[in-house]
Amino acid sequence: MRAFTKITALVAPLDRANVDTDAIIPKQFLKSIRRAGFGPYLFDEWRYLDHGEPDMDCTHRPVNKDFVLNKPEYQGAEILLTRENFGCGSSREHAPWALEDFGFRAIIAPSFADIFYNNCFKNGLLPIALNAQIVDSLFKELVEGYRLTIDLETQKITTPGGKSIGFDIDENRKYRLLNGLDDIALSLKHADKIRAYEAERSKRAPWLFAD
Amino acid sequence: MSGKTLYDKLWEDHVVFTEDDGSSLIYIDRHLVHEVTSPQAFESLRLAGRKPWRQSRNLAVADHNVPTVDRDKGIADPVSRLQVETLDNNCAEFGITEFAMTDARQGIVHVIGPEQGATLPGMTVVCGDSHTSTHGAFGALAFGIGTSEVEHVLATQCLTQKKAKNLLIKVNGHSGAGVSAKDIVLAIIGKIGTAGGNGYTIEFAGTAIRALSMEGRMTVCNMAIEAGARAGLIAVDEVTIDYCRNRPYAPKGEHQFMAERLWQKLHSDDDAVFDKVMDLDAASIKPQVTWGTSPELVVPIDKKIPDPALEPDAVKRQGMRRALEYMDLKAGQAIIDITLDKVFIGSCTNSRIEDLRAAAAVAKGKKLADNIKLALVVPGSGLVKRQAEAEGLDKIFMAAGFEWREPGCSMCLAMNADRLEEGERCASTSNRNFEGRQGYGGRTHLVSPAMAAAAAIAGHFVDISSVLEGRQS
Ligand code: SF4
Repeated sequence: MRAFTKITALVAPLDRANVDTDAIIPKQFLKSIRRAGFGPYLFDEWRYLDHGEPDMDCTHRPVNKDFVLNKPEYQGAEILLTRENFGCGSSREHAPWALEDFGFRAIIAPSFADIFYNNCFKNGLLPIALNAQIVDSLFKELVEGYRLTIDLETQKITTPGGKSIGFDIDENRKYRLLNGLDDIALSLKHADKIRAYEAERSKRAPWLFAD
Repeated sequence: MSGKTLYDKLWEDHVVFTEDDGSSLIYIDRHLVHEVTSPQAFESLRLAGRKPWRQSRNLAVADHNVPTVDRDKGIADPVSRLQVETLDNNCAEFGITEFAMTDARQGIVHVIGPEQGATLPGMTVVCGDSHTSTHGAFGALAFGIGTSEVEHVLATQCLTQKKAKNLLIKVNGHSGAGVSAKDIVLAIIGKIGTAGGNGYTIEFAGTAIRALSMEGRMTVCNMAIEAGARAGLIAVDEVTIDYCRNRPYAPKGEHQFMAERLWQKLHSDDDAVFDKVMDLDAASIKPQVTWGTSPELVVPIDKKIPDPALEPDAVKRQGMRRALEYMDLKAGQAIIDITLDKVFIGSCTNSRIEDLRAAAAVAKGKKLADNIKLALVVPGSGLVKRQAEAEGLDKIFMAAGFEWREPGCSMCLAMNADRLEEGERCASTSNRNFEGRQGYGGRTHLVSPAMAAAAAIAGHFVDISSVLEGRQS
């Protein structure tokens, strides 16, 4: 998993509340055997004018020019600014997979659906819940080329005007994200213990280590 | 200090270390892989630039999506085909042994593990499939895992787990004629319910369990998951050790000697303390038939469908009513009056040689009833199929009008072309009777192989125990 320490990045505003996971990644894409490659289908029904299917080549599909992520000024955005209850609906981990694959690193909203919020951390995405008024003020001051700095270590967001906004995050999650540690990476930190176990066990049960 | 349960011993033997919060990193000796739950795990492994920690501990096979006819023509459904091809490619890329669809050893993952000696006593065995509990029949700690955990095992050969509690289910006495391992486990589930084993590892013990062959023991442990437990266990004895001898992946020579000496200790100590103990009298168990859409909605063959109105618990009552409606059955109906459209003999519960023998013994010299549109026999593996053919069982089945198919999960979950049509009723030797499990709108009755064969011949359920008793007298 990619570590998250500090980024300064372009912000894309998605001015809708209750964006559900089916909107983030429609159900037909769940048939996929992959965890990567969902980025082109992120917000598929909003982004394109035709019906998307798994494995479709999206480069020639008719796009909805009015949708925020299709606008030239938001190309390369890594921070999504949105409204309350983002990620509601099903538990599909495909939603954070798609956001991450598209290029987002952080999502700022007044609130998130529980399961989605949890799933983000497993996939290197930082969801930041801020007071609704602060979110609203960010929406208001957002102009072309608007960039925010997010520092996870100090738990601070800095606006282009130099204003600093603090945010909360669970210590354990912060630690994992700062170090890019997924469960596997955490277990692998104990690689020497696993090897020691194997060495000891192979004496007791050598037939399990004969190959 | 009191003694240890078998589960305690297996657990302690595999702990790499334990965290302050009680969660442990446990070592996995065998990882079985199939096509449905592994693609994203391999994909993540690839993206993270990781390699399998120990390639040789993984064994892969495609079973859920494979067709049971015309294998040489490949898989018609493109989505299924892609899943199987993805497994082939992943195994090739990561150096994992796979029994490809055309390999004689291919079969249901829970059948081939034991058959190959890839499952052995004292191991931890995991697979991205809930019926991994099957392998507990060998005195192995075996349980199903999710896709993220599949990736975790591939990358670390370990899993983070918390220890479960100990439940002992003792089935004492001797079971009667026509009463199989399937009937024993269905009776247990009928008694403790599908949540009865939640949070526990179940050890099955008692004279009736000891009397079972390895095939029968696997049937019992297979359905531990339907009793709510992630893992089921049976202590090692001579039957276990005999079964394992000379299997391709079993230890040989000096290692075999060492292993067998160790395996003999794999039983609960006499003074072990269980968190819960349950007793069952084998002699009281009749052949079982499920009537609802949960394995716990089960009755003996000679009984009638229970009346929801007599159920005191409101939630259960509601569940029974919904089940009756879905199954198109009425309270008070006799089980033997239920007529069937299809019969399925197969699945990781009942597709081993002994199961096929039991079904063939009933079908021998008979013909399918006219109302049976399709009766499938799907062996659990290519080797089971070969063995059955050597014994002439295929001829018996086909003469009676059954179809003899290639191995796989088939109509257990209808992910391939074998399925029930809407409204069709099936006697099935599989393990789940959920709504739509065998096809949209399909109705499943879980039974033993002999009961399924008898139902195929009669066109409705019959009491195999009275048939067999009649034959003996
Ligand atoms: S036979 Fe059925 S229960 Fe067993 S692994 Fe296959 S689908 Fe699952």
